[in-house]
Formats: sequence, C-alpha cells, structure tokens
Amino acid sequence: MLLIRRFEEESARAYAQGKIGGFLHLYIGQESIAVAAASLLREGDTVFQTYRDHGTALAMGMSPEAAMAELFGKDTGCSRGLGGSMHFFDAARGFLGGWGIVGGHVALAAGAAFRNKYLGVDNVTLCFFGEGATNIGGFHEAMSLAGLWKLPAVFICENNQYAMGTPLSRTSPLSDLSVKAAGYGMPGDRFEGYDVELVRERLGAAVERARRGEGPTFIEIETYRFRGHSMSDPGKYRTSEELEERKKKDPIRIARDRLRETGADEAALEAIEDEVEEAIEAALKHAEEAPPAKEEVMMSTVTVEEFR
Amino acid sequence: MRTIRYREALREALVEEMRRDERVFLMGEEVGHYDGAYKVSQGLLKEFGEKRVIDTPIAEAGFAGVGIGAAMTGLRPVIEFMTWNFSFVAFDQIISNAAKTYSMSGGTVKVPIVFRGPNGAAAQVAAQHSHSVDPFYTNIPGVWVAIPSTPRDAKGLLKTAIRMDDPVIFLEGETLYNLSGEVPDEEELIPFGKARIGREGDGCTIVAWGRPYHTAMQAAEKLAKEHGLECEVVDPRTLRPLDEDAILESVRKTHRCVVVHEHWPYGGPGAEIVDLVQREAFDDLDAPVLRVGSLDVPMPYATNLEKLVLPTVERIEAAVRNVAYL
Repeated sequence: MLLIRRFEEESARAYAQGKIGGFLHLYIGQESIAVAAASLLREGDTVFQTYRDHGTALAMGMSPEAAMAELFGKDTGCSRGLGGSMHFFDAARGFLGGWGIVGGHVALAAGAAFRNKYLGVDNVTLCFFGEGATNIGGFHEAMSLAGLWKLPAVFICENNQYAMGTPLSRTSPLSDLSVKAAGYGMPGDRFEGYDVELVRERLGAAVERARRGEGPTFIEIETYRFRGHSMSDPGKYRTSEELEERKKKDPIRIARDRLRETGADEAALEAIEDEVEEAIEAALKHAEEAPPAKEEVMMSTVTVEEFR
Repeated sequence: MRTIRYREALREALVEEMRRDERVFLMGEEVGHYDGAYKVSQGLLKEFGEKRVIDTPIAEAGFAGVGIGAAMTGLRPVIEFMTWNFSFVAFDQIISNAAKTYSMSGGTVKVPIVFRGPNGAAAQVAAQHSHSVDPFYTNIPGVWVAIPSTPRDAKGLLKTAIRMDDPVIFLEGETLYNLSGEVPDEEELIPFGKARIGREGDGCTIVAWGRPYHTAMQAAEKLAKEHGLECEVVDPRTLRPLDEDAILESVRKTHRCVVVHEHWPYGGPGAEIVDLVQREAFDDLDAPVLRVGSLDVPMPYATNLEKLVLPTVERIEAAVRNVAYL
C-alpha cells in the first residue's frame, strides 16, 4: 500500500514537472482494495482494471521501474510507452489492462472468465470499475452474460463516491448498488474498503466461490479517492471538511496502527518505509534515464501478422 | 471441385476449423438451437455441442466483449452478428478494445478473433437494416477486413481469418448466401491482401467487391457484347489490406478505372481506391476515375426507390462508357 501511495505521490510531482503527460488518475486512498485483491490471486488468474490502474498493477507485482517508465513514455515501460497511465499491461502476471472507456472492459473480464470455464481450470477473473460505470450499457450486458453463464468472476465496484465530479446521489436512484446483483442472478456484497484485512476476507469469499465453480459475485466496496478525478481536477465539488473527515479512514494509517498495536516493531516499520523510498527513487531514476518509446515498436504492434 | 452455396462454404470453413482447433468456438444470437438466422451454422450445435456453439441473449456489446476477453486469454472466438447493422451497438468493443489491445499493450496481448455476419442491403429491409459497414471498419488500424463475393473466397478467407492472430472483420453478403459456385475439394487458405481477377480485359478496369462485384460482372458482359469493350474486373477480396499492386497493374493495362461499391459515396474504400489510382497511376490514366456507389440517402423501403439507391448494371455501364468515351 505504501509503495503504491508513494509511487503515485511522486508521479503527481513528475506530472507537475511536465515529465508525465496526458491523463493521470490517482488511486490514493483506495490502495487497500488492490492490495487485498492481489493477495488472493493464483497463477493463471486475470485482472481487469479501469484507467485508475497503477495501484492494481503494482499490487500484482509490476516493477515500479516498468510502471514509472510507462508514465514517462519510455521504451522500458510496461506497455513500451504506447499505453501510458491509463493502459498498463502485465500479461505475465495476469494484469490484463487498464482500460479507458467506462464500462467497456467489464465484458472483457467476463470473456476471460468464460475462458477459465471453457478450459475447465479453476482460475478466476477479477474486474474492477467505479460506481460511475454501473449506469452504462457495457456494464449491464457483461453482468447479464456473466450471471447467465455462471462465469468464475468477481465484479468489484470501487465506489469512491464521485463519477468524475458527480456524486452517487445524482447518478443513481440507489444508495446501495449491491442490490443490482439480484438483477443479474448473482449474489451481492457490500462493505467498507478501508481495512485491508477486512477487504481480503470478504473478497476472498467471493473469489473462492468463483473458484469452486459457483459463479460470479458483485461486490460494492465503499472507498474514497483523496485526489481529484485526474490531475486537472481540483475537486471543487466536495468540501475540504469532507476530505479531511475521509482521510481519517486512510487505509495506510489504519494498517500501520494495526501493525503497531499487534506488536510490530517501529524500527521494522521504518525499515519498510525506507525500502519503499529507495524503490521509488530507483523507479524515477530508471524512468528518467530509459530510452524513449520507439517508432519501430509502434509500427510493428498494430497487428500481429505482417499487414500487407 | 464441387459446386456449393456461399452459406455452405462458410459452414465448411467453420466446421473444418473447429475440428482442427479446440480453442475455436462460435458465439452469437440464434447460432445454436435455431441453426443460425441465415443457416450458416446449421448442424454445428449437433456436432460440437453447447460448449462450442453458444447462443447468446440479444446483447451485442456484451458478447463481442466476451469474445475479445476470451481471445486475449488464449481462445479463438468466432463472433456472429446476426447482421452487421447490429454491430453498431458493439462498435466500442471492436474499436476501443479488439483493435487497440495489441498496440496499447506494447505488443504483449493478442486478440485472435473473427467477427462475421451479413453486410449490406437485403431486399426492402429499409434504413436501419441495410448498412454497408465497410467504410466504418476499414478506417481502423489494428483490424483486417475481408469481404468475399464467391463461395470459394468465402471459405478460403474464413479459414485464413480464423487462423490469424489479429481481429478480423468478415463481411458476408446477405443476398449472396444462396449463390452457388465451385470450391476446391482440397483445403485452401486464401491469403488476405490478394485480389482476384474476375474477368480479364484491356478496355477498362472495374474494381468491385461483395454483392456489386456480381453487378459489375454483368455490366462487363453487357459492355463486351454490345460495345466490344472488354473490361477487367478486379475483386480485392480484402479491403484491409488492399491489394494495391493488382489494382494498379490492371489500370496500367486499361488506362481507365471505375470503382463500384455498395457503401455510401462519402469517403470509404471507394474513395481510398480512387486516391490510390490517381496517386500511383496518374500518367497511365486516359480519363478521370469514376465511382458508382449507393446514393447518399438512408435506404428507403419502397422497392422502386431501393433500386435507385443501389449500384445497377445501367449505372456501371454508363460510368464505363463515360471513361471509355463510348
């Protein structure tokens, strides 16, 4: 969690310095969800995330170097500088993308889950999306098929309260989105995402259910992003009091307090913090020095087969 | 050689490829228990079962996306759109996901998938069910586009498409499904990007594909009989990539070119071919390159009006006579 937090704080800084372009959607405040989810995965499982994807990719083991180099548009980036912040990929670890069209990737996750079932393997597919995605057709059709075919997937709505700048109260007649699960013939669950251990336990139950071949689950996790929707968003649609109140539930603070209460040595915690700082520093150095994205990679990755 | 119908040729390609590769499956509306809206998939459910011949609800965006996700993770889906008109609700899946993933992932995630179904006008099915979608899908880097006009091409190109590691847009002709033609007994894989010369001649090149290819062939016969002008009809068979060499070689021989297409006149592969010819064979041309396409209107229902909209033998003949100064 700390690695993700520090990675994104430094990427925000690099963005302000003009080293990162385009859109940069930060996951700060939501880290517990990615970390809990990644801890449940096995070889062959697959994960689909939105454009707010750095946290999940890092939690699944992507190196900070490959992640930062991608943000810097470099050849050593996880997508060779062709994807950028919104399109991280790490197929070897099962991270199948950051996707930029809201709701558009939910069916892809259903397709990956379809593959698990087709091949008769006990792999599961996790699909993350925001509460804003639950109104679009892509979400509805994918959920319908996943429910109909009992696909081994877990659909995780990271309800961070705002679809860009619009609060849930103005985008949905529901305050409890998990009731939508019933419409797709699958069980739903709903809980707060601030305690990484709680998230792991509740997500784990749905993952195990899918692994046993009992079908998909729709889960709504209450969370909060501490930063704007993207770097261009000053967040004027919410008060500073609301933000400060929410920061009291910072998942990193909660986890650190828990570790201390349960007897973790302060020196050991500080050592972890130092390790994270070193990793982020190394990632920034790597990203600065890495060669730029290559024209020949761009030209040779439009199609697999030679196009002529 | 055997003589079979276009729909049977497609079915043979599907059956052969599904027997060859367990990863290949067919998914779409009414493909299984109904035996296919146009009977292309007749008998497939019986042979391959529900695991590999999968009926879907009416949810094109959903099942197109499921196909893409399955392709990303190692399967080789064939997704049937009952007609390409219904692909518009899955447009985002094809453009944003199927076509972009290999590039966007830095060349690490492939999407070997075929989207297929009937394209173009049928008979009196009006404005929402008569689209020629070729201009929309040929504009997208990352996909391949095939549009076979004969049973032989349909079979050979579909087999190739299923074996490719990229997304393929496969445009069949609703009015061609009953067309009979010769298909070789032995296996044939027709490569993309290779045109077929439907008819040789030195009087005028006609480039045509899909249904209007047959209209162009009729016009060519008429012109030969009535005016002694031998047209060369070039069927590109795939629009992306386009066999530029075959088109240019023909134009260099005939010095004239008419492009015939069912899609609307603004832009599209018709305009692309005109651009190619004027750019690469300007000095070989004895006349401007002309196009014969559908009129620039939504397809009307009334049969007399529908006939006005689609390319006809008469309009092709007039265009050829114009460039041949006849």
